[in-house]
Amino acid sequence: MSDRTVQWLTDADQALAEARRVHKPLLLDFSAAPS
Amino acid sequence: MPVRFHVKQNPEGFARFKARWTPTQLVLDEQGEEKHRIEGFLPKDDFLAQLELGLGRLEFERGDFDAAAREFDDVVVRHPGATSAPEARYWAGVSRYKRSNDPNALKDTAEEVTRRWPDSEWARKASVWSGSR
Repeated sequence: MSDRTVQWLTDADQALAEARRVHKPLLLDFSAAPS
Repeated sequence: MPVRFHVKQNPEGFARFKARWTPTQLVLDEQGEEKHRIEGFLPKDDFLAQLELGLGRLEFERGDFDAAAREFDDVVVRHPGATSAPEARYWAGVSRYKRSNDPNALKDTAEEVTRRWPDSEWARKASVWSGSR
């Protein structure tokens, strides 16, 4: 998974609200990698 | 919809979703309910297979067994060497059985999983179906 192609969100509540609105699943990634 | 939590920038996200290790990925449905969890590093092919397996689990738990079977079948076709391929084949068979109530779906699954991945735990799990016809 590359940051060049993935537009990561960081606000879980905003993402959950958007997922409900558009009926799409969520992928949560928990990382310790340097950003 | 991808959301990233960094251990230093967003530690509260780790607690909220009970992430105890990195990397961890969760697949949630649109209601925010966890359907699949991946913990620890995986090579690319295994990781992609796990993500697709998660989508299959999501459809399975929705009760859309046609969609679930398609997702699980895709894992097997696209990632036949992935560690989750036999699991995906197992659940594809269960999805077809749940849709049709045809025990042949389970027997066919047992035969294929045993033939292709004889040393997997999924071959052992499916072995009970070998005489299902």
